[in-house]
Amino acid sequence: MKPFNFIKAAGGTQTVKQKKRTGRFIAGGTNLVDLMKKHIEQPEELIDISGSVPASIGKKAAGIRIGAMARNSVVATNPDIIAAYPLLSKAILAGASPQIRNMASTGGNMLQRTRCPYFYDPTLPCNKRNPGTGCSALTGDNRMSAIVGWSENCVAVHPSDMCVALAALDANVIITGKDQLTKTIPFKNFHRLPGNTPEQDNNLPADALITAVEIPGNAFQKNCFYLKLRDRDSYAFALISVAAALHLNGTTIVSARLASGGVAHKPWRWYSVEQFLEGKQANAQVFQQAATLVQKEIKTLPHNVYKATMLQGAIEVALQNCLNA
Amino acid sequence: MKKAHTHSRRLFLQTSSMLASLAFIPRSVKAFYLETRNFLVASKKTGSLAVSVNKKLYTVEADTRTTLLDLLRENLQLTGTKKGCDHGQCGACTVHIDGKRVLSCLTLAAMVPGKEVTTIEGLSDGEHLHPMQQAFIECDGFQCGYCTPGQIMSAVACVQEGHTHSVTEIKEFMSGNLCRCGAYNGIVEAIQKVAS
Ligand SMILES: Cc1cc2nc3c(=O)[nH]c(=O)nc-3n(C[C@H](O)[C@H](O)[C@H](O)COP(=O)(O)OP(=O)(O)OC[C@H]3O[C@@H](n4cnc5c(N)ncnc54)[C@H](O)[C@@H]3O)c2cc1C
Ligand code: SF4
Ligand code: FES
Ligand code: FES
Repeated sequence: MKPFNFIKAAGGTQTVKQKKRTGRFIAGGTNLVDLMKKHIEQPEELIDISGSVPASIGKKAAGIRIGAMARNSVVATNPDIIAAYPLLSKAILAGASPQIRNMASTGGNMLQRTRCPYFYDPTLPCNKRNPGTGCSALTGDNRMSAIVGWSENCVAVHPSDMCVALAALDANVIITGKDQLTKTIPFKNFHRLPGNTPEQDNNLPADALITAVEIPGNAFQKNCFYLKLRDRDSYAFALISVAAALHLNGTTIVSARLASGGVAHKPWRWYSVEQFLEGKQANAQVFQQAATLVQKEIKTLPHNVYKATMLQGAIEVALQNCLNA
Repeated sequence: MKKAHTHSRRLFLQTSSMLASLAFIPRSVKAFYLETRNFLVASKKTGSLAVSVNKKLYTVEADTRTTLLDLLRENLQLTGTKKGCDHGQCGACTVHIDGKRVLSCLTLAAMVPGKEVTTIEGLSDGEHLHPMQQAFIECDGFQCGYCTPGQIMSAVACVQEGHTHSVTEIKEFMSGNLCRCGAYNGIVEAIQKVAS
């Protein structure tokens, strides 16, 4: 690691005033410390926000508010979250390990960087780490890479499980800008596609602080499921993950939500499938038909052709499991 | 990365001694030069930390880069906590902070003051082993023993959290601790024994 200054955040809107462009906020540190050890992140100053950014989880008139410092394990086991947003709890518990979930914060989870192996190897070109050098994964090992929304400049995927559920649940990200003003960013606009600027993972303005995430109320408690397919049963990043949620009236689907991890540079919503499902009967035949729709959207790379069939199967199984949940 | 760094360092040390002898160069050039050198050869930042480990308070002078794992092993000589990967992937460095299991290799020591750290050395009651330590011995929960302190710290937390209803549940909630010797079955048995 490169030497750095360490300071505690002042708290409130003062915290953003402390932040210099060469500094970084540190929350759980599970991603940042790792990247600093590998010299991929070299901040000159760390601002410890763990004691000052809210960690509380509170019901609101139209939903729930989760403080950005709420640790992943606390969110996943919170009774209100389990009762009203079981999909979020399931997704978080599918990620990392108990130790990491005890450390990882809600805000930090959203800002974790990709796990593309080339991003972690400073001896090889990578546009995300070193803009303009090229994308090693595009022509190299792209077994874990994206199958939708990628560009020639970057084919990396966003590694978070929690974010897949937040995308499916239409969450909102509450931030404090450098100007000390509070803003709301809809979750679907929070993360970015790589385009020509893969070095930017998201649309959080420079030096801004995430203070909370809000999720509106919904009717997906009874029928939701998070399916994660990976190289081993536990403690591995997703090859494909599917967050599925159905609001049923009898056997009729009133509304559906479907999102995936491991497929794109951002948590990906399958809007066309959701639309197809609405008003249909919830049965195996409909789910099978629905899952085929994703094939129109995806474009595989030489080493991840397997993801096309895997994704289709995963969507079918996740939807089916919504009924058994 | 490291190579480029030593290179520029040596270059700067050489050139700086040369420049020092040229006392007549304009002040602005010198200031610019010093700024650049400070940027490339950043100086160490240290501070005094008061950390409580196994209910004992230590005051240590440490570099801001020090992880809790290195602080325990190098500064406090508490070498029971092991360094496996140093990147959050193996669980060998598991300790408890305020009663919760965490990875000490990804925890900066500077973030620990005000909290209570428990390591494997703090589990036993004098000569009396913690029930989980005893169970690991009785159930053959280890072979080489390198992963064992981390496994035991995680196992104690696993029982406290109540994730012991089935073998599947135990395995899922112990998945953050890898064992290259494959002592997993003994570990699960030890946890079941303590849980019951
Ligand atoms: C071995 C391993 C396995 C893992 N497996 C999984 C997995 O399967 N699924 C999964 O989803 N994740 C996984 N993770 C990733 C883990 O979930 C993230 O590292 C974690 O969520 C990051 O949160 P943090 O609080 O530790 O962030 P930090 O490391 O503290 O910060 C990450 C980044 O966010 C910034 N930041 C943090 N909080 C704020 C804020 N409030 N406002 C503005 N900026 C902020 C920091 O400046 C930094 O740039 C794994 C990690 C490891 C090490
Ligand atoms: S996919 Fe993105 S992160 Fe991976 S090498 Fe290419 S540019 Fe870098
Ligand atoms: S040494 Fe910390 S997880 Fe491996
Ligand atoms: S006992 Fe040898 S690594 Fe676990």
